[in-house]
Amino acid sequence: MKEQKKSWNELPIGGSILEAGNSKNYFTGTWRTFKPVHNAKLCINCYFCWMHCPDDSIVIENGKVTGMDLDHCKGCGVCAEVCPKKAITMEKEEK
Amino acid sequence: MAFLLKDLIKKQAPLASGHRMCAGCPAPVIVKQVLMSTDHPKVCTNATGCLEVATTIFPFTSWKVPWLHIAFENSAAAVSGVEAAYHGLANKGELPEDMKNAKFIAFGGDGGTYDIGIQALSGALERGHNMLYVCYDNEGYMNTGIQRSSATPIGANTTTTPVGSQSYGKREIRKDLLSIVVAHHIPYAATCAPHDWMDGMKKSQKAIETEGPAFLNYFSPCIPGWKIPADAWRKLSELAVKTCFWPLIEVENGKWSLTGESKRIADGKAEKVPAVEFMKNQGRFKHLFTQKKDDVLALIQADIDRSWDFYRKMAGY
Ligand SMILES: Cc1ncc(C[n+]2csc(CCOP(=O)(O)OP(=O)(O)O)c2C)c(N)n1
Repeated sequence: MKEQKKSWNELPIGGSILEAGNSKNYFTGTWRTFKPVHNAKLCINCYFCWMHCPDDSIVIENGKVTGMDLDHCKGCGVCAEVCPKKAITMEKEEK
Repeated sequence: MAFLLKDLIKKQAPLASGHRMCAGCPAPVIVKQVLMSTDHPKVCTNATGCLEVATTIFPFTSWKVPWLHIAFENSAAAVSGVEAAYHGLANKGELPEDMKNAKFIAFGGDGGTYDIGIQALSGALERGHNMLYVCYDNEGYMNTGIQRSSATPIGANTTTTPVGSQSYGKREIRKDLLSIVVAHHIPYAATCAPHDWMDGMKKSQKAIETEGPAFLNYFSPCIPGWKIPADAWRKLSELAVKTCFWPLIEVENGKWSLTGESKRIADGKAEKVPAVEFMKNQGRFKHLFTQKKDDVLALIQADIDRSWDFYRKMAGY
């Protein structure tokens, strides 16, 4: 996980932010104590986790949930709470 | 129109990750539900508060739509100005092609809406701007450290209604903002709870497509403010509706109706759950249980019953 933090002389003049949604370059994944673990065998791709995730951190490829964006997931656990098939479990982060 | 998750996932999320909202805060989910309910181009304004502060920490922004913040009290005034400027540009033929049919949406917390922003909101509603105002109601001034607002319920422990031997928390009942808004005779107003995302998105879509001012009051559980676990918002949103603490209401051109679980309860098809079920797992109400404040719990239940009776009557039950 590497974070793009600009120093004062690299920022655009006037402090303009030139890219909409550039907060994705800031990694909130470091906040986590518990991480969601996705079990594709149990997953029915109902996407409830996607709708309930406050951090847009459910990764979906070709219509299938493939895991979580751990650079941004804060580990709140709402995805595990809402999952009707218990396909997401919260596990303690190991440092 | 019904929304299908399999279609929604293909669209770009309007709020990028990397924002600094608390883990488990539903406010970004509310923004997602509101903004994804329509494909029109959107312009947003934001009152000072958690959502504004935590999504725009310099040098970052999470917003993928044009977005404006001015101050705490004037999200509605700011959106009015933007909407008026848009019409000015359109009249002069200077509006960029991709902004034709743009929709204007203001966001504010309950402090910025029920309290300090109410005159800006009232003004914008009265002037009849073509906009939607969305209040995300977390029942307190959370960004500045959990002060009471006029949306905080009775009995809640906040830093300005602290619990002690002489105090059981907030003493006053919540302001009925929906009725205040409806008294402006605007075409559309509704309450939403984010766990019922279909109901919320349908209302958002209607509100955005409505010509003239529209208003949504979205229930938004607060992790640190309510002293609840980070994964609790969905359950609490559901319980708030089941207990009639937060009924799902829609007012279209002055005609009140109930929606979702609230309609089922009013129709006698579902049980109205006692308020303690909603309150018992929240730290802000903990003292009411540990100190056995049954009289205060009864006050809260009576307040919910009174407002539920009122809304039911308004909806013709
Ligand atoms: C005129 C003014 N007074 C006070 C403040 C300080 N202030 C910033 S955010 C905030 C609380 C906002 O509460 P609310 O609108 O409920 O939103 P929340 O933070 O709960 O999301 C306050 C008091 C301010 N920015 N401007």
